[in-house]
Amino acid sequence: MSHGAGGKATQTLIEAVFLDAFRNPLLEPLEDAALFSVAGPRVALTTDSYVVSPLFFPGGNIGDLAVNGTVNDLSVSGATPLYLTAGFILEEGFPVADLTRVVSSMQEAAVAAGVSIVTGDTKVVQRGKADGCYINTAGVGVLLGDISLSVACAQPGDAIIVSGPIGDHGITIMLARGELDIEADIISDTAPLNGLVASLLAAVPGVRAMRDATRGGVATILNEIAKAADVGVLASEDDIPVRDEVRGASELLGIDPMYVACEGRLVAVVPGESAEAAVRAMRGHPLGAGAAVIGEVVADQPGIVRLKTAFGGTRIVDLLVGDPLPRIC
Amino acid sequence: MAIRVEGIVQGVGFRPFVYSLATRLGLAGLVGNDVDGVFAEAEGPPAAVREFLGALQRDAPPLARVERVTATAKAPIGTATFAIVASDPAGRRSTLIAADTATCADCLRELAHPADRRFQYPFINCTNCGPRFTIIRDVPYDRPLTTMAGFPMCDPCAAEYHDPGNRRFHAQPTCCPACGPRLTLLDRTGKPLSDPALDEAAALLRRGAIVAVKGLGGYHLAADATCEPAVAALRARKHRADKPFAVMTSDLAAVAQLCRVSAAEAALLTSQARPVVLLTRLPGAAVASSAAPGNRQLGVMLPYTPLHHMLLAAASRPLVLTSGNVSDEPIAYRDEDALERLGEIADAFVVHDRAIHIRTDDSVARAFAGRPMLVRRSRGYVPEPMTVRGGFARPVLACGAELKNTFCLAKDRYAFVSHHIGDLENAETLRSFAEGIAHFSRLFDIAPQVVAHDLHPEYLSTKYAVELDGVDLVGVQHHHAHIASCLADNGADGPVIGVAFDGTGYGTDGTIWGGEFLIADVAGFARGGHLATVRMPGGAAAIRQPWRMAAAHLHEAGLDVAGLGVVRRNAARWDAIVSMVRRQVNAPLTSSAGRLFDAIAAILDVRDEISYEGQAAIELEQRADPAEGGAYRAGIESGAPFRANGSDLIAAAVGDLMAGVPTELIAARFHHGMAILILDGCVLLRERHGLNTVALSGGVFQNLLLLGSTVTRLEAHGFTVLTHSRVPCNDAGISLGQAVVAAAGQRG
Ligand SMILES: [Fe+3]
Ligand SMILES: [Mg+2]
Ligand SMILES: [Zn+2]
Ligand SMILES: [Zn+2]
Repeated sequence: MSHGAGGKATQTLIEAVFLDAFRNPLLEPLEDAALFSVAGPRVALTTDSYVVSPLFFPGGNIGDLAVNGTVNDLSVSGATPLYLTAGFILEEGFPVADLTRVVSSMQEAAVAAGVSIVTGDTKVVQRGKADGCYINTAGVGVLLGDISLSVACAQPGDAIIVSGPIGDHGITIMLARGELDIEADIISDTAPLNGLVASLLAAVPGVRAMRDATRGGVATILNEIAKAADVGVLASEDDIPVRDEVRGASELLGIDPMYVACEGRLVAVVPGESAEAAVRAMRGHPLGAGAAVIGEVVADQPGIVRLKTAFGGTRIVDLLVGDPLPRIC
Repeated sequence: MAIRVEGIVQGVGFRPFVYSLATRLGLAGLVGNDVDGVFAEAEGPPAAVREFLGALQRDAPPLARVERVTATAKAPIGTATFAIVASDPAGRRSTLIAADTATCADCLRELAHPADRRFQYPFINCTNCGPRFTIIRDVPYDRPLTTMAGFPMCDPCAAEYHDPGNRRFHAQPTCCPACGPRLTLLDRTGKPLSDPALDEAAALLRRGAIVAVKGLGGYHLAADATCEPAVAALRARKHRADKPFAVMTSDLAAVAQLCRVSAAEAALLTSQARPVVLLTRLPGAAVASSAAPGNRQLGVMLPYTPLHHMLLAAASRPLVLTSGNVSDEPIAYRDEDALERLGEIADAFVVHDRAIHIRTDDSVARAFAGRPMLVRRSRGYVPEPMTVRGGFARPVLACGAELKNTFCLAKDRYAFVSHHIGDLENAETLRSFAEGIAHFSRLFDIAPQVVAHDLHPEYLSTKYAVELDGVDLVGVQHHHAHIASCLADNGADGPVIGVAFDGTGYGTDGTIWGGEFLIADVAGFARGGHLATVRMPGGAAAIRQPWRMAAAHLHEAGLDVAGLGVVRRNAARWDAIVSMVRRQVNAPLTSSAGRLFDAIAAILDVRDEISYEGQAAIELEQRADPAEGGAYRAGIESGAPFRANGSDLIAAAVGDLMAGVPTELIAARFHHGMAILILDGCVLLRERHGLNTVALSGGVFQNLLLLGSTVTRLEAHGFTVLTHSRVPCNDAGISLGQAVVAAAGQRG
């Protein structure tokens, strides 16, 4: 297979697979760059690379993951996502049928998010040099008004909200590898969050910050808040939504859902008095139906995230430095 | 002559002792406290001065520990009298501070004497007894720098305090009913109930109520130890499933009605430190079964404050006296906090208005081979320093482990190991860790330049260390720290064969160690051998659920196990856990000895899940028939490092179990098998390295059946064996080991 060398074969691949799927006026000329003008005064730009094993898993595949991930990075920064790029690194011998499936999922995700994939790139590497398919997406969005979000703005008294049950994606991936004798009825939460973010911002203009809880999970985001704003974070174990199936599988695996990646969940910091309105607005959107206040920003013990446990204890939820090896004796 | 006395010489009646000594010898001069200890000047006939100097060390008061007396010549100034002068708070501090000490016999006599003005006064104390460490805010040790600052002495107390001939001369916490702290009984909402508080509290206890009692280092929760419903209610409200409660009895005779007490154990029980002593319960002892469920042992302590003496007398029965907390929280010691946190547990509160400055848990000890063996070194022992051979060229802070944390600050010859801090993952505990370090730094004037820490990157103590600026960091391997701690406990430097058997510790190869044979001295170590590694399916979950370790070990041993109870009980999850082992998903490798004990405990149907650290191994030890001498044999693969096959012990145990051998015999044979495994490893290393001394450390050696069997076998083969006595073999001893290793590294 010589797709990706830049010659005729690549041309065919692009036209057969990508153009067909992503067809839109900006992409169609197939020029070196997509040209467009942006409406707002400020532009947001982000990029992310997607590597996941397995490539296809319950609830999605690497394609929608790559679109949703970049849409979400733009969304939680307060931007309205507009255009995406897509770069593919394909392992020689990767079935075209699989690629077609990936690409059509990307297009469906783009349509769902209201964005267009306007330029792209493909490279094919030797067999064994890649794990089937890697995707990089970049995205551009516009910031409306003078919105400015940052976790460094968190203040004591603020509420911390999560948009739905956590840990679905990461546990789904672990089980989808098929190595374990563990059955669980779980699917990935991969989804575009721009619609949910728009509902939230419309209802609560004073939102301080949002983060999508990807690698490192909600625990990592809470730590980012505590460190960036030099505040304490006090969350409550009982208030953190986790599906029973996810909790069961996590217990079996010995993994704390707080550290497990989500791909369609955000954490929002809002002023305490807006907490109720924020939860109401999020619950009004299908992707925020399980939204809940999980904790608060406090002045005490700045830089540290504490979790109130079911028995009234308070345990520290720290950033993980590496693989979580047991600390208990 | 100008004289300086260093050591524990403040708050122990040292100045009145010097005064009466000088007066008796007809010497003139003065004596006083400063931040370095006691200073004195003496003039008179040379022979009398010589006698004076000798007696300072020889005849010092009971609580004093004289480390050094230095005398320099000084021109006589011709005074005629000997005087006690005011404290001098200036300059460098290196005073030693005494630990809290149980009420002395003189004070007890006064407490019981109706004509005494302190009759039945629950805060009676003198220079020979009473609170010290727990009430000291700063040095020098003087009343204004203690939590007694708010209690100005009445005239009679002040007269005693200033009378060099009185037992209360310069007793900083001295007080009486007229001027000192008062007891109050509160209901669970904080409303005052009645007076006299202790009589009513005792009446409540006798009716089965739970009463929170403010003690010396924190709040206890008390219940009638003979009343099963009361103790069971305490368990339920505290959310403490199985972990044994300590019991306090009025005196030694009352202990003997509950437990077997050896001479060494009696000495521990009645020592000034008054630790909880783990004793073997007598069959049919009148103690509620939920005080220490499934346990042949009972932790017992004797009263150590006048309040406890009075409460026990009024209740006229043994009381459960357990730390005032919910599940694994640190013990409550501030009044508002106690009311808030214990309000759901206690029916009433016995409180008083003398603040506790430093939360200090009860110490726990047992006797091994006639020697004390501390399991938790805290109230009554802390902050007395360990004197360390070789000393500390630069001031050291050692941050300790994650669980059962203690820290250690060290300089000159002294290592100050802290009180029990606890499990750092708890937010309140982490706070007291940082505050405790600051407090010790101030009290003992130690500004650390070298900071030692564990190699585990996720230990909160490690993270604390690496965030410090302007210090030299020294990472110390966990099991090396265990062995160095044992060396320091024995005043030795090595090299030795160090056998460090515990639950988990981070190894230099990134795997989890815990069944280690080290060739070690205080400066360094090499791994001479270890238990063969197995997977821990689920990481920390495999520690909480010993049946997972059974699955891992049985898989490793390749045993067909379908008939075992542990497999049947966990059938729904067994294949999932085995698949995690096979596919190495969240299943780190470990050479842990503790996990091997866990596996056997689950296989012998002793326990599948634990509710406190070490529970499975503790219950396995109790299961073992003490009369059984048989042993399983484990093979050793003699590489360097060698690998000892714990799975051989598993296979032998499973074989016996299938053959219908009682689990009591299997448990005993496993213990002796471990002891022989240790002996075989040590013999191999003696051949390789020519070392004849073995140091035993790590929490696994809290198991006295294993320890006894191991020591006996090693000694029979000509080894000299070092075991722990003054510092726990568990992770509470890690900080001392780290400090010693860091100091040895500094010496190069
Ligand atoms: Fe250890
Ligand atoms: Mg991203
Ligand atoms: Zn006394
Ligand atoms: Zn008085």
